[in-house]
Amino acid sequence: MIEIRNLDFMYKKSPVFSNINLSFPQGNIYGLLGENGVGKTTLLKLICGLLRPSQGSVYIDGATSYDRHPDMLQRIVFLPDEVTLPDGKTPQQFVDELAPFYPNYAWGTFLHLMEELEVDPNRKFKEMSFGQQKKSLIAATLSLGTDYVLFDEPTNGLDIPSKAQFRQILSRRFEERNTIIISTHQVKDVENLIDPIVILSNSGVLLDASVERIQQKLFFEYGGEKRDDALYSEMQPGGWMNVIPNQSGEESQLNIEALFNAVLRNKNTVRELFS
Amino acid sequence: MEFRKQKPIYLQIADRLMEQILSGEPAEDDRMPSVRDVAVNMGVNPNTVMRTFEQLQSEEIIYNRRGVGYFVSPDAKKRILAEQRREFLEEELPLIKQKMQMLGITFEDVMK
Repeated sequence: MIEIRNLDFMYKKSPVFSNINLSFPQGNIYGLLGENGVGKTTLLKLICGLLRPSQGSVYIDGATSYDRHPDMLQRIVFLPDEVTLPDGKTPQQFVDELAPFYPNYAWGTFLHLMEELEVDPNRKFKEMSFGQQKKSLIAATLSLGTDYVLFDEPTNGLDIPSKAQFRQILSRRFEERNTIIISTHQVKDVENLIDPIVILSNSGVLLDASVERIQQKLFFEYGGEKRDDALYSEMQPGGWMNVIPNQSGEESQLNIEALFNAVLRNKNTVRELFS
Repeated sequence: MEFRKQKPIYLQIADRLMEQILSGEPAEDDRMPSVRDVAVNMGVNPNTVMRTFEQLQSEEIIYNRRGVGYFVSPDAKKRILAEQRREFLEEELPLIKQKMQMLGITFEDVMK
């Protein structure tokens, strides 16, 4: 379990986080959402111990992550949005260098994933497209066998078929012992995959709820008229979509983009609804 | 008047699995596909599919053999049809009636 306790973080003397508390129990694929600049990447770096909290702590199974104890480091992997790759090396060489630090690394898994994603593990990074590099990194990340996997914009640079492959690979590889956190703006790429959903803002955590709970609290109405009491309305080809507080208890299909807009525009209402 | 509802994904998956059971694949008393296989095929969170299976189990359309997996109930088709009949009569038919009135279509027109 990842636990963030009373976390403050300052960047060049300006506060990014103030008193953040969040828990990520295992067995879930979390979606971390938020507008540009709210600190999603910073939070991932704080979780895996790359950054030091100004106050408070991040605990991974009880151990402070910034202590960066080898026992903890071998159980977590972070795939940043942008990685400086060793140009002259191949994905196979790259993963061979990482593998000694990860006792659960599975060589077979790496080759299998590379084959599934149709990338040659023995081709140099500099001869690859950005998308192929990204696929290699995703295969490497998931083959390390860590309990904790943090992804920053994993679908960035992937073509349309690979986005579907990414979803399938994650649902196949994901196990009860895993905690996966995906930070992204491309919510359509991971719709139906992420659950629970965490929405960050400059003022802190706006939402931290399972899809089931969101559907119990909010109703997504499709194809009707615009409603005045909606938390958010959007014109769609088939009519208006409205996000309204769920009165009947009946569940409807979650639309994450609409959820995001509804939460951002009605911070206090949403806080009360979910409290 | 259109349907203004879209079911949550876990119920959409349930509908799909029930269609498959009605078509006889898997047949009654056959083993259901695994939660994992359904999740991977649809590219959805395995926990969502788990919720679908729990829902189908609560409706006694499938049953769980501990440690073995989920199986189709012996009277699954009967139960599915009964539920679909109820859904049609209570939810779909009133909307169709409204639309027929709006368009001036009579019951006789439909039965022609």
